[in-house]
Amino acid sequence: MKAVPERQSNAAKHALAAADAPQVMAVLECVYERTGMDFRQYAFASIRRRVHVCMHDEGLDSAEQLFESVRTNDAAMQRLLSVLTLPVTAMFRDPQFFAEFRDLVVPLLRTHPYLRLWVAGCSTGQEVYSLAIMLHEEGLYERSRIYATDVQARSLEQAKDAIFPVGAMQDYTRNYQAAGGRAAFSDYYTADSQSAILRPFLKRNVVFGIHNLVTDRSFNEFQVIFCRNVMIYFAAQLQARAHTLLYDSLATLGYLGLGRGETVRFSPHEERYESVSPRERLYRKIG
Amino acid sequence: MGASLGGTQAVQKLLGALSPPFALPIVLVLHRHRDSDARLVDVLQRASALRVVEATDKQPLEPATVYVAPPDYHVLIDGEHLALSVDDPVLYARPSIDVLFESATVHGRRVIAVVLTGGSADGARGSAAIESNGGLILAQSPSEAMSADMPKAAIAATAHAEVLDLDSIASRLLQLARTNGAESK
Repeated sequence: MKAVPERQSNAAKHALAAADAPQVMAVLECVYERTGMDFRQYAFASIRRRVHVCMHDEGLDSAEQLFESVRTNDAAMQRLLSVLTLPVTAMFRDPQFFAEFRDLVVPLLRTHPYLRLWVAGCSTGQEVYSLAIMLHEEGLYERSRIYATDVQARSLEQAKDAIFPVGAMQDYTRNYQAAGGRAAFSDYYTADSQSAILRPFLKRNVVFGIHNLVTDRSFNEFQVIFCRNVMIYFAAQLQARAHTLLYDSLATLGYLGLGRGETVRFSPHEERYESVSPRERLYRKIG
Repeated sequence: MGASLGGTQAVQKLLGALSPPFALPIVLVLHRHRDSDARLVDVLQRASALRVVEATDKQPLEPATVYVAPPDYHVLIDGEHLALSVDDPVLYARPSIDVLFESATVHGRRVIAVVLTGGSADGARGSAAIESNGGLILAQSPSEAMSADMPKAAIAATAHAEVLDLDSIASRLLQLARTNGAESK
């Protein structure tokens, strides 16, 4: 026998949820006004979902209740912020991407005496260190400088620490191997029962800095830019702006790497890139 | 549309039965391993007269097209487009059926949710949400499904799910496509 009253109240909740766009926007306005973090032009379906996750975590029934909560309560606002800016990454995530980068791009990078690479939206750093490991194995690390930026100071601190839960190492090892790793992934970290710390030499040529793809300008010119699974959270207009920023920061014949589900198609600079790999999102700037 | 264990065969059979002029866009979440490659799209394309593609971020929803969630991403409906996300797995799944279904609720009565064979309860909560917003739930008959857990969970979470075998799901979708412009999830 189904619990009808319970389902009715769930039903009421669900019905409310779908119609709550104005209330969700009100929450985002409040976040902007109180913290300066601007999510108003983020992809609405994703940001709405994260607002709902926060509502659920707080035991609230509506975006309106969440609004009331974060409007006056600093701790609640911080909790909301940490849900809205959830970092998600892994070492050698999408190993095929790294494998193709190694095979198709690295040989051409060898012609440069000096390399500048930018990981835009580096989150907690896994992608930065994946790139560092690959460059090291290909004998290119000494001539490289990797710029690792993110909008979140807290993520950057974690990225600088290069400490990861030891439980993740098995996945990371598999990814590393699938990406064409030439050594053993365990060569790159030391571990205790809780944590794995990446070897300090991997940080030597990495520069960490805060940078906001939404509001900041180009700050250098790079031979390689990775901006993977960051712009999926931007709505179309913001995404176009970010694409322009990346394009302006890329040297001619430089390489742009995007996430698997992303593309330069429909972006303002589509015509000025050629696809390097049919499957992985690797592009070369040709104009 | 969501499925897990046994889903590839079930979806192949279902897509095979959806012949033109069936024109509704279909967004499909099949639980897949994160390293899974593009062959799934090829396999499904061979079974179907509809256009089968891997979903990309900001892709517009077009008629007679099946959008297959890529591995290790969530797919959401964002207005008339798709949105990808790398948020945490839900019920250990990324792509998650619940995430897709819950995002579809904004389209109210235009949504048809199809829940097929699978070994978890993914899709149950999302089905309840779609139903509460006026959408229709079609669940594969548990006795036909290779794994009955998923359709059973969706049936238990909803009040009016239509429980049908795959052939009947196909006929029902063809009928619905003829009568109004809806979206099939």
